[in-house]
Order: sequence, then C-alpha cells, then structure tokens
Amino acid sequence: MTTNFGQFFLDSIPNLLTGLGNTLILTFISITVGFIIGIVLALGKVYGNKIINGFCVAYIELIRGTPLLVQLFIIYYGLPSIGIIFTPIQAALLGLSINSSAYQAEYLRGSIQAIQSGQMMAARSIGLNKLKSIQHIILPQALRISIPSWSNEFVYLLQYSSIVYIIQVEELTAEGIFIAASNFRYIEILTMIAIIYLSLTVVSTEIIDRIAKRFSIPGIGAAKRVSLRDI
Amino acid sequence: MHMLEVKNIHKSYCKVEILKGVSFTMEKGETKVIIGPSGTGKSTLLRCINQLSPPDKGEVWLDGEEVTNPKTNINKIREKIGFVFQDFNLFNHLSALRNVSIGLEKVKGIEKEEARKRAVEELHRVGLDAKAQQYPAQLSGGQKQRVGIARALAMDPDIILFDEPTSALDPELIGDVLDVMKSLAGKVAMLVVTHEMGFARNVAHEIIFMEGGVIVEQGSPKEMFTNAKLARTREFLGRIGALYGDE
Repeated sequence: MTTNFGQFFLDSIPNLLTGLGNTLILTFISITVGFIIGIVLALGKVYGNKIINGFCVAYIELIRGTPLLVQLFIIYYGLPSIGIIFTPIQAALLGLSINSSAYQAEYLRGSIQAIQSGQMMAARSIGLNKLKSIQHIILPQALRISIPSWSNEFVYLLQYSSIVYIIQVEELTAEGIFIAASNFRYIEILTMIAIIYLSLTVVSTEIIDRIAKRFSIPGIGAAKRVSLRDI
Repeated sequence: MHMLEVKNIHKSYCKVEILKGVSFTMEKGETKVIIGPSGTGKSTLLRCINQLSPPDKGEVWLDGEEVTNPKTNINKIREKIGFVFQDFNLFNHLSALRNVSIGLEKVKGIEKEEARKRAVEELHRVGLDAKAQQYPAQLSGGQKQRVGIARALAMDPDIILFDEPTSALDPELIGDVLDVMKSLAGKVAMLVVTHEMGFARNVAHEIIFMEGGVIVEQGSPKEMFTNAKLARTREFLGRIGALYGDE
C-alpha cells in the first residue's frame, strides 16, 4: 500500500503480461476462427440454395440478436447442465469466435453484394465455373472491400475480450482487477490497463491500414475505415 | 451444318415476354449485326446464346453441340463463345495483362508464364501491349473495351458476342474499338448488337433488324440500306442513320 508508483508498476508487470498474453491469444484465435466461419456463412448466405441460405441467416441473426455476455454464460454455465463442460479459456474462445463469425459474415456479405453483378457475368463468360469465379474474381475484391470493417471487428474483439473476465478467464482486465482488489489501487491499475488497450488498438489499426494500402487496387485506392456497427 | 444455330428462342422476365421466338444461323468467320430499338431483347438474345440467362424455350447449337442441353458442360462451351460487355466488366483487381491471362490459366490450365506471353500477344493485337501492367481504373473507356476484346480473344473462341460495345464510350474513343473489331472480321465470327451504322454497312455480312422480341427483317447491308422490304425497317434505319451517321 505504501510502495511508490514506480515500484507498484514494476511489481504488476509479470501478472499484467500474463493477462496480456491471454488477451492476445483470445483476440487472434477468435478473429481467425470467426473469419473462416464468417467466409463460409457469407458465401452460404449469398450463393447458397434455400436451405443453406436459411441456415446461415438463422445463425447470423441468432448470434447478432443476443448479447455476447448471454452467449458466454450459456456456454460456460449453461452447457455443463447437459454434460458439456469447458474450461474458462475454452468457453471464452468458443463464445468470442462464434460471436465474431456472425459479424464478420455480415461485413463480408455486404462486400460481396457490393461487387457489380457484371463481374460474375464476365467471369462466367470466359468459362470459369461458379466456384472458380468466386475464388478468383469475387472474393479477392470482396475481401479488399471488407478490410476496413474487419479492422473495426479486430478492435472490438480486442476490447470485448475483456468481458470474459466474468467467466474467470485471466486475461488483461481480470489480472488488473485481481491486483487492484489486493491493494485497492484501482485508479493506477485501471489506467495502466486502459493505456495498454489503447496502445494495442493504435498499433493494430495502423498495421491493418498498411495491409489495406498494400492490397489496394491501383487507380481505386484503399478502402477507408468506417464503423458498420455504428450505423 | 451451321456453326451457330439459334432456334425459336423464347425468354421472359417477370412474366413479360422479351423474346418471342428468334431463329437465325451463323457461319464460320461471319459478321452479323443486330439492330433495333432498345427494349427489343437484343442483349437478352446474346445472353441466351451463351446461357448467361438461359432461354425458357428454344435451342442453341454451336458446332453441332447443343448449348441449351442441361447435360452440356456449359463452361467448356463458353470458352468457344467470347462475350464483350457494354460496360466492359473488366476484373477490377487485376491488371490488363491478368484480365486477359486469367482465363488461359484458370480455364484452359495453361502454365502462368505461357499464359502471360499469350496475353501480351492478345493485348498487342488490340494495340495495348504498352498498357499491360495498368489496372482497369487507370484505363480510358476505349482502352478498357479493347482489353475486354483481348480477354475474349485469348480464349480463342469460334464466335464473339458484342453487346453494344461502343455505347458507353465517348465519341472520340469509339473509332479505336471499331477499328479493332474490323481487324477481326473474317478471322472470328462476330455477332454484334450496335447502333454504329458505319460498322454495320462496311463490315457486316448481314444485318438483323429486331423489334418487339422478334426478327422483323434481315438481309445484306446493301439490301437493308437501299432496299428494305418493310416500311418499319426503312424508318428505323433512317432515324438511326441520322443519329449515328455513317462513317
């Protein structure tokens, strides 16, 4: 309690680093798994037959229509009652991945539908089958368009991952609250955590912006970042 | 056997019948021009031929193969039917070169380097080898359309369908595209929907006048321009000639 801030800061570092590690693992794995599921859902929603489309729409609406916290509680506290038990980190990864997949699917679906129908027609007209047309013509353009909203998703996920401290995952926020609970220095520790989140956000959006520029189409330029969730 | 045979094509959109039984044939290397007022089904007819929008009724045959048969491998057939769009539809994320080579690589399975070499040759043919590395957004309309033609040519088709290839172009850019098309006459069959009467008069072997979803009259340019049988044909040709003029 009486140690000065410098000493307190140094003492907190090991625990915060452990938490930070878990936060990064949660974010990277969830965004990646969510991306893969999201692509499948988006393609299913746009190109699937009635059954596939119906399934994808239902999945996306269900996930986007319920709070992340409720989803996490169902996975961590609800599923054990039917015999399915996850560790906190497993439950968090599952919940965040599923949640993110629905949002990523919608970003990508929007991007696919933003591409003029003539692109698909031209692809088919030279003899590319539907799958190859999607692979070589539609997706490369749709993915570029969706980078900005994808960047938002990354930032949201990075920050929303803090919510999983409620199901006992020892990520960055949880570690900070443990430390603060033992010495009541809430303001110092929460400020430190906020700065860490802020730095991560600034660095990752900068990296994603560079990726967007790297893949921008000459003559058109990189797509700009806008928040679809805010619309 | 005709190279292309179109038999009694019918097509409706939303219960409106656009094509009401269109039939004609084409031979190897022949150029035919389809003219007619807008909304007559000219573009729809072209799309029925390569099955971009399959007809409701009727048959299309190419080189003795029934294009309209559901059992036919339509992707294989489409290699033989080039298509040039009014609004180009170049692949925006690919350079001019890749626009031309992608079909060679991904459809014909030609190795990347060889495909690029051939794509450069096709771009040279349309006078754009210097623009090979440019992207569609960096090209003028006329250049885009010439890349579109090169993309179709690269697949080495028997016939190329042109859907109003110059309608989206500024007047001073039309000439370059028409020159390229003229240079192809006789080498590959061309079915061209256009209002360019100069092209129709000088390059086409036959002009087909369509209205209301049917072929109203067809004949050689000479017959059609000087001696059309129907008053409606004469009236349309007169009006379109005044608008778009001869060469």
